[in-house]
Amino acid sequence: MQQAQYQLIIVGGGPAGLTAGLYAARGRLKVLLIEKGAAGGQVLVTDWVDNYPGFVEGVSGFDLIDKMTTHADRFGLEKKFAAITSLQLDGDIKTVTLENSEVFTAKTIILSTGAKPRKLKVAGENEFSGRGVSYCATCDGPFYRNQEIAIVGGGNTAIQDALHLTKFATKVTVIHRRGELRATKILQEKAFCNQKIDFLWNTQVKEIRGDRTGVVELLLSHHDGDESILKVTGIFILIGITPNNEILPLDQLRTDETGFIVTDQEMATTIPGVYAAGDIRSKRSRQIINAAGEGAVAELSAERYLGHQAPDQPLNCSE
Amino acid sequence: MASDKVLHVSDSEFDAKVIGNTLPCLVDFWAPWCGPCKAIGPVIDELAAEFDGKVVIVKMNVDDNPATPGKFGIRAIPTLILFKGGEIVDQITGAVGKSQLQALIGKAI
Repeated sequence: MQQAQYQLIIVGGGPAGLTAGLYAARGRLKVLLIEKGAAGGQVLVTDWVDNYPGFVEGVSGFDLIDKMTTHADRFGLEKKFAAITSLQLDGDIKTVTLENSEVFTAKTIILSTGAKPRKLKVAGENEFSGRGVSYCATCDGPFYRNQEIAIVGGGNTAIQDALHLTKFATKVTVIHRRGELRATKILQEKAFCNQKIDFLWNTQVKEIRGDRTGVVELLLSHHDGDESILKVTGIFILIGITPNNEILPLDQLRTDETGFIVTDQEMATTIPGVYAAGDIRSKRSRQIINAAGEGAVAELSAERYLGHQAPDQPLNCSE
Repeated sequence: MASDKVLHVSDSEFDAKVIGNTLPCLVDFWAPWCGPCKAIGPVIDELAAEFDGKVVIVKMNVDDNPATPGKFGIRAIPTLILFKGGEIVDQITGAVGKSQLQALIGKAI
């Protein structure tokens, strides 16, 4: 019978993938983690993480990922940085093909591809991306010193980033299509008390307009049917996330109506030997700690599926 | 480990070292407070070694050098702009993978 090169391949190097990688490498599995960009995923754009247990004073998103990577590296996690062009997940041996045509096989797969910011899908959004349209407040906030900007959204990310952006902008207008915020009470209180933050309720952005210099104004549409213009040089679109599922065989995996993968509580997908962890999973709570926890559960499930024993190695008692 | 092949430039050096360079230049506009910028740092170092002698890999800290990013309308980082003969060939924003950056550089060589 054909032999798989790896016992486990992990697809995606955010907190879920890095934790699964840490567990697998520490558990002496023959494991490979494949990441298309830079390890870290969405945590990289998180300015400050204040609720990851053990980091009493909080930690920057970059530093947390750096520590997770270093931790997995300590156990010798093998990593490859390349985009995947196809995934064949059915059958006993799964096949992963990379953009350079390299092929890897494994008995089990953990999908931890994560999610990305959802687009507003209005005129001008793509045209002015990086020139006034942003999805990352921590990356781009300092470009808006002493300027007036807008934020679209009403969830935790939108309100936390609105607060962050008041460090730079003179005025931050939060545009929300509903009449109340979804963000947690503590964030709402901070935002309502902040003199620099204004709210436009029951309002939607219809068009982003600009010129050679970048974004200049937004065309807004209000609940009562009226339209208005808001002069801003920047618009931060923070309206939730959409799954990174482009490379996944969606005809074989059960997903929810928004394209996130459905698993059982052991992180098993509908395909035997294939698990999902982190933001790619269909779920309500999307926290870094969830992603890390799910990565651990997925790895332990994969080990059980493998009936795992450490690969045959001579016993070395000197370690 | 930062690569010694990467050329760090300031606003005052930009015209001489990038616009006037006989080789194509890939300029990485970055800042120390930007997580994605730091995350692609190792890839930038690898590219500098890989394209040594063919393309100059340049980094500009936008905090210390506001004039040049302002001139090119940069309002998001990391932004990477490819210059050839003083003209912009193409540009890309965000923490993209190494293969996308190699494809970008390929447009100038």
